[in-house]
Amino acid sequence: MNSVRTIVEVSERIPETPSTVTLRFSYAPSATPGQFVMVWLPGDDELPMSLSYTGDPKGVTIKAMGATSRHFLSVEPGALVGIRGPYGNSFDLAPRRILVVGGGSGTAVLAPAAEAAARNGSRLVAALGATTERELLFVERMGRIAETVRVATDDGTAGHAGFVTDLVGPILGQGPFDAVWTCGPEVMMRKVISAAEARAVPVVCSMERHMKCALGMCDACALGPYHVCVDGPVFPAERLRNVPEFATSKRESSGRRVRL
Amino acid sequence: MADLRVTVAGLSLRNPLLLASGIWGESGASLRGAFEAGAGGVVTKSIGSEPRDGYPNPTIETYERWGMLNAMGLPNPGIDEYPREIAQALSAGAPVVGSIFGHDADEFARLAARIEATGVHAVELNLSCPHAEGVGSEVGQDPARVAEITRAVKAAVRVPVIAKITPNHADPASLAAAAESAGADAVSAINTVRGMAIDVRLRRPVLAHGTGGLSGPAIKPVGLACVWQAFERVKIPVIGVGGITSAEDVLEYVLAGARAVEVGTAVAFEGIGVFGRIAAELARRLDQLGVARLEELVGAAHGAAPPPRTPGGGQGYIPTSV
Ligand SMILES: Cc1cc2nc3c(=O)[nH]c(=O)nc-3n(C[C@H](O)[C@H](O)[C@H](O)COP(=O)(O)O)c2cc1C
Ligand code: FES
Repeated sequence: MNSVRTIVEVSERIPETPSTVTLRFSYAPSATPGQFVMVWLPGDDELPMSLSYTGDPKGVTIKAMGATSRHFLSVEPGALVGIRGPYGNSFDLAPRRILVVGGGSGTAVLAPAAEAAARNGSRLVAALGATTERELLFVERMGRIAETVRVATDDGTAGHAGFVTDLVGPILGQGPFDAVWTCGPEVMMRKVISAAEARAVPVVCSMERHMKCALGMCDACALGPYHVCVDGPVFPAERLRNVPEFATSKRESSGRRVRL
Repeated sequence: MADLRVTVAGLSLRNPLLLASGIWGESGASLRGAFEAGAGGVVTKSIGSEPRDGYPNPTIETYERWGMLNAMGLPNPGIDEYPREIAQALSAGAPVVGSIFGHDADEFARLAARIEATGVHAVELNLSCPHAEGVGSEVGQDPARVAEITRAVKAAVRVPVIAKITPNHADPASLAAAAESAGADAVSAINTVRGMAIDVRLRRPVLAHGTGGLSGPAIKPVGLACVWQAFERVKIPVIGVGGITSAEDVLEYVLAGARAVEVGTAVAFEGIGVFGRIAAELARRLDQLGVARLEELVGAAHGAAPPPRTPGGGQGYIPTSV
């Protein structure tokens, strides 16, 4: 368990979209795609972030959501941040033909997993969604390893005008797939699951929950019988089937449940 | 096979291992999961009158396997929301202790009545969290207030009341005595030991709150001494908490006077399987020691014969020549 915090220097800052940046840094503990780290911005909060680069230098890709993630966007090279982890489980790279479905910043964790699968000889198709063209994340990066990259935008500025989930059924209809990997808003992932289940393709979801300890202790990330920080963040969809909170509610910092 | 069952503060437990407050205690599914993983019973997260976010992160700092600092800041969903979580734990058949915290005797009494109504089997008073303003050890470090709060809660509920005391006091046993004098049915000791961590490179405290509470193996000696002294001071049962990770640790606490124990930080280091593992180890160890019932050992180290001093016996004892 790499639970002791290390202070590292940010080596590179890469703007990805108007609301998203990648920060790269050297951090020795080895990590596998799907895992996350706790990133502390001194003087501010500490947030769980999936590794968008698991090799050296490692990287996290942050979308501005709350106050702290907005502050992360202005972190410059040379800045010091605290890292602990990596935590959680990772993607099983066994499937040979994989459809990757990313919604918004969800693509951040899918990219290194897709790269690892491609290195492993798997064939990939990617479907990426965002609100608008400029918010699409890692389209080029996925293009380097996937046979096809399809995109969808809510406002129709690129690709399919509508939800990325609309693409899932048709793509799965075109060829045999033995897995769908998805990360994004839970409501989106639920739709991906129904589309894939209709074609009997197993789905693997990467989940995001509020986190404090990341050690399976404080209960902040409780999701049904699981703790996302240790039992996840990667869950085969069948493990989520009997979790009533999935895609319906989440827990606030106080542990209070709120509807999604 | 040795009998691990204990009764303490009206709770009949299949083994002496309770899930400590604040660990796996915010959601009903987790409380239930801890019981199903082998805990003898569970203590809920400390619940207050209102939903409370707790402090921003970093809320924890860990030291490999010897300890952990936390300043969660008592996050909890509040007493209006929490009953449904308790219901899930009760439905699994778990003995449930409802932990509460408040600013004064009135608030404690109100919360105690509300949490009793959920069906919990006992109430634990958090008089000891070291890192929250106006609650926890701030109200629990004064024996008079401990007594006042305990008395108010006793008047408000029928279920047994456990006062959880702080080690951050010159004479923690006096807090146990104050709770006993006000009618507490048991005391639990200890909550975390106040501490902090500073990052040298950043020249700033690591925890967002600055100071926090130390838990884990590092505090076992502190917990043992508190239990030992409380046992000598009060007649009500003592529940030992602090740094337990093995059957040997449990036995130390029991010999010091604990009738049951609570386990917290070990869950972070080992997972919830720690309860099943320690319970199995405990039964084996008692068999080895030829002890039929764990309860026989409660406080057995008190009044033990002093170590043998055999003049000239080669044990390093040098008789003083007059
Ligand atoms: C993350 C964390 C949260 C805690 N929250 C509470 C709490 O809400 N109420 C309470 O009475 N004690 C709380 N405690 C203290 C524990 O219940 C226990 O007294 C202490 O951690 C010592 O036991 P341990 O070494 O087995 O962890 C908390 C401890 C930790 C580590
Ligand atoms: S973040 Fe604390 S249990 Fe997962």
